[in-house]
Amino acid sequence: MVDPLPLQLLAEYFPNGIARYAIGGLFVGLGASLIYLGTGISAGASSFLESTLSYVSDRSRFQQYAASRDWRLVFTLSIVAGAAIYSLTLGDAFAYETDVQVWRLFAGGVLVGIGTRVGKGCTSGHGVCGVGSASRTSLVGVATFLLVAIGVAQVVAALGVSP
Amino acid sequence: MADRHPLFMPTIVVGGLIFGFGLGYSHMARPEVVLDFLQFDDLGLPFVMFGGAAVTGLVYFLAPRLLDGPPLTRRAFERRLKSFDRNVLVGGAIFGAGWGLSGICPGAAYASLGVGNVTILWALAGMFAGAYVQGVWRSRSDTDDSTVAGAD
Repeated sequence: MVDPLPLQLLAEYFPNGIARYAIGGLFVGLGASLIYLGTGISAGASSFLESTLSYVSDRSRFQQYAASRDWRLVFTLSIVAGAAIYSLTLGDAFAYETDVQVWRLFAGGVLVGIGTRVGKGCTSGHGVCGVGSASRTSLVGVATFLLVAIGVAQVVAALGVSP
Repeated sequence: MADRHPLFMPTIVVGGLIFGFGLGYSHMARPEVVLDFLQFDDLGLPFVMFGGAAVTGLVYFLAPRLLDGPPLTRRAFERRLKSFDRNVLVGGAIFGAGWGLSGICPGAAYASLGVGNVTILWALAGMFAGAYVQGVWRSRSDTDDSTVAGAD
């Protein structure tokens, strides 16, 4: 006889189960691990923003990434292609379009662009590679952005902004 | 980069394909799903990040102990360690605010484009604008020539 309470909580807080999340996460970790095993590089996603700017700006801040900008561009295009393969095989063949309002995407994007560069990482650099390295800096970074993100999302929702 | 190993770029490509497939499969490419987590309607997201970190954790731990070094570069197998300073907290908070407002982070934004979500270009435009503003601002104000903000 299974106690119904845990099942209820599970259904309430995990309406889509956990398999999709855990399996997807394993793939993300596998991709990062393959690059690490082959090259020793901890591939994060957000340095691409700065390294790609070095193609159009001579500022030293961006030029310091000149040596890695080509593979970062290839890495990013491969992420796009990998997600496209998912969409074509197990997904909905490109039928998805977000309903989140454009101003939220753009303003949030600006803050993400500033924050990941100041804070030395994002969800992949700190969250996957840094946490996998048991880096205290990354653990603190992850805790910081998770807590702030939860706070901001709750406030925005409370203000009635949806989607 | 003329002296790169011929298998360097293919490794980046295959790694990126798997990485992007995982972001698509986990639904992180959908800002709504991320916002659902942040609003406590679906607590699945940590399984993505920690599922990924479990794999990298194992590999980062074992690789330096079992292998001489990466076969395709002259690097060593090192952990991803960044120096800790106030920037980690300030930047983390700014990133968190943006993530909480939009429901999208860089890797997921690239993957979102891959699943056909053209609207996400607004978020990518914002990210480039933010990175540019930050770079301009920092090259003006930076006196301590700190290390590359780095691999993320």
